[in-house]
Amino acid sequence: MSRTRTPSVAGWFIGDGDDFRLLGTRCSSCATVFFPREDVHCRNPYCTGGPLEEISLSRKGRIWSYTDSHYRPPSPYVSNPELPWEPYALIAVELAAERIVVLGQAAPGVTVADLTVGMEVEVVPGVLHEDAETTWTTWHWRPTGVRA
Amino acid sequence: MTKDVAVLGAGMHPWGKWGRSFVEYGTAAAREALADAGLDWRDIGSIVGADTVRGGYPGYVAGATFAKALGWQGARVASVYAACASGAQAIAAARAQILAGLADVALVVGADAAPKGFFRPAGGERPDDPDWLRFRLLGATNPTYFGLYARRRMAVHGDTPEDFALVKVKNAAMGALNPYARYRKRVTAEEVAASAVVADPLRLLDICATSDGGAALVLSSMDFAQRHGVARPVRIRAVSTVTPRFPNTVLDLPDIATDSAAAVAADSESFRASIARAAYEEAGIGPEDLSLAEVYDLSTAMELQWYEDLGLCGEGEGAKLVREGATAPGGRIPVNSSGGLASFGEAVPAQAIAQVCELTWQLRGAAGDRQIAGARVGISANQGLFGHGSSVVAVR
Ligand SMILES: [Zn+2]
Repeated sequence: MSRTRTPSVAGWFIGDGDDFRLLGTRCSSCATVFFPREDVHCRNPYCTGGPLEEISLSRKGRIWSYTDSHYRPPSPYVSNPELPWEPYALIAVELAAERIVVLGQAAPGVTVADLTVGMEVEVVPGVLHEDAETTWTTWHWRPTGVRA
Repeated sequence: MTKDVAVLGAGMHPWGKWGRSFVEYGTAAAREALADAGLDWRDIGSIVGADTVRGGYPGYVAGATFAKALGWQGARVASVYAACASGAQAIAAARAQILAGLADVALVVGADAAPKGFFRPAGGERPDDPDWLRFRLLGATNPTYFGLYARRRMAVHGDTPEDFALVKVKNAAMGALNPYARYRKRVTAEEVAASAVVADPLRLLDICATSDGGAALVLSSMDFAQRHGVARPVRIRAVSTVTPRFPNTVLDLPDIATDSAAAVAADSESFRASIARAAYEEAGIGPEDLSLAEVYDLSTAMELQWYEDLGLCGEGEGAKLVREGATAPGGRIPVNSSGGLASFGEAVPAQAIAQVCELTWQLRGAAGDRQIAGARVGISANQGLFGHGSSVVAVR
């Protein structure tokens, strides 16, 4: 049985494997970058605004901070209450070129014990959850050099 | 500098998990504040309610809900929602009416009946709401953000979990003396260290709980206070409710990413520091003038951050301040003499009002066993979702 792979949120990421990228937008007037994407109007108060164009964000960044989640998050997070809760790590990553910090779940198997502030990580495709018909995809952060 | 408004009355409903309606808590707090002011509800020209957002209409439109419960009497009414700053914005609205001459005396009320466990967004599929998105995509609860901030402090400033625990020990000791606090037991550093990890590096006793509770204030013009026979009331001198400035480069609840600083360099002053600075400027005082501070200790580590943002110490010196006992009773600048959120828990619309209740009692010299000797000037500070924050300066 094969499930349809569907992004958990539309328009935030694209591609597979090494071609996987987070998608943002950039103001054509002031070059401010937005993630999550801003498609309506530039939010830089010093900018009169221009068309916003889609861009791929840098694949690699450095850890700004990290933590984990020892208790099951409430809905709308989707998890199976029948299964015991497994803590997972969350990583906030600084992207140097974009001068932005982006939060994401760590790749499966990466724990806080594996992480330090300043460590290099890369964005990789991941699975948020699955139901009968659909594999809901997302982005994960993974220390560079670690293969799943 | 703006003119002062007088704090004629302060009241609370004890905090805890009582299982009753927010209306009951707010009305009880209001009645207590009115009694404290020596005023009848029918004397009040304006009521401002701080909203909560669970359960349909925002707080059932809190101002009118409390007015109905107290008995319709024709007062001017307003309701405000500003996440954790709701209470302070309610104070700001009442103060503006008084200073504008629209009301002589106003009642400000905030109350909540909090859900069990984590705060969560309202139901439904709402992918246009950043608060919904952070839960759906990341499972990022409030404590996970507190964990990120705490870990960042450890990496940048060298704070330790033991430093964080000192904040809990201090606040629990004060909360034990406060009859309105939910938790009234002293806590040891060993108990903090032995509590379960919630969001690494923070443990259960590093993070504030959710609670039911209510708080209320009666505010008036200085002329009304004089006519009412109160010659030297506690006065509110400043209320800061500023927004962040672009680009906001510290990851903030409930966002998944920061603003980018690619086009516009970030200001050296953080959002939290700007909230406090606006209050200092409006009040015409500085951190050196303070007798005490009530700050938002959503986590122990966050209290240390506030020390720096309020200018009580330099950047990165927060842990040193708590280690030295400077923020404990008898120290240079006691912080969270009420016991803080560590002892109260979160009852969102009531919190910023409760902070001003504590300042009022301390500045009157009426704080009982937890009195800070000779208190003359107090500040409160908080920050909440969606770019809200507030700071209030009260003086005697
Ligand atoms: Zn622009």
